Amino acid sequence: MKSVYRKPLFAIVAGAVIATASLPGTSVAGSSDKQILADYLTSAKTQNPGLEAFSADRGRNLFLSSPASGKPDTPSCTSCHSTDPLNSGRTRAGKDIAPMALSKTPARYTDRKKVEKWFRRNCKSVLGRICTPLEKGDIITFMISQ
Amino acid sequence: MFKFPQIAIATATGFIVASGSAIADERYNPVKDQTTLKECGACHMAFQPQMLPAKSWEKIMDGLSDHFGEDASLDKETVAHLKKYHVENAANSKWWGGKFMRGLSDSSAPLRITETPYWVREHNEEVPKWAWNDPKVKSKANCLACHPRAVKGDYDDD
Repeated sequence: MKSVYRKPLFAIVAGAVIATASLPGTSVAGSSDKQILADYLTSAKTQNPGLEAFSADRGRNLFLSSPASGKPDTPSCTSCHSTDPLNSGRTRAGKDIAPMALSKTPARYTDRKKVEKWFRRNCKSVLGRICTPLEKGDIITFMISQ
Repeated sequence: MFKFPQIAIATATGFIVASGSAIADERYNPVKDQTTLKECGACHMAFQPQMLPAKSWEKIMDGLSDHFGEDASLDKETVAHLKKYHVENAANSKWWGGKFMRGLSDSSAPLRITETPYWVREHNEEVPKWAWNDPKVKSKANCLACHPRAVKGDYDDD
């Protein structure tokens, strides 16, 4: 009886998993930015009847805005993430943040827990409230376009 | 007794190396815990737990929702894991006490490494005040600005 690792079927399945995982926008856990966006769209549509799709332009505007409702240290997303998503950002403590643009940081929006964690913290800092699914979807859509 | 000088030298070297701080080196155990590196290292370098007393780390982990003005909150399991790792490796976790315990007692709980007597003394004597305003430095929490091997726990001056 051959060890399972030497059976052809194992190699095929393993190869398929690895090939899928290496596609941009996916992670081995099976989540992908498309799935995360799809879920945000479902929620956004219930809150905004008539909504057709997310908008990168709306996302850009939100990203660049200075709402003046959050903390003084972080008036805008750009306070830490730079005005250009292609650039690295910098935290208050001086640490570099990888660019928000998907073209620069391909796996950025694939981990749902991570995406939710950072929206939760950063919307509180910048906007003083949680972001709506519409806002989250618009922002990610903008970043994916960069 | 021709072996005596070698034994004496070996023993003396052993004592010096084991004492850790005798030759003015600044070496700390690098952080190996993956959760610490990932969660604590997101916004600043993951500081070595040896740099604060255990009570400080407990206070910090208990107050993550207002972490120096930021919401750094995490789920309970992750916080418990981080607290355990930091307390177990804190400045006063070994019987001999670490350098960072100088001027502190086991009941001390400074929240900032940069406010410990040891850190203050090390940096006040050597770093000009204008250096802290340099945009490349940005923050006293930015060890890497001047200590390129800080992640490895190596803060030796070149």
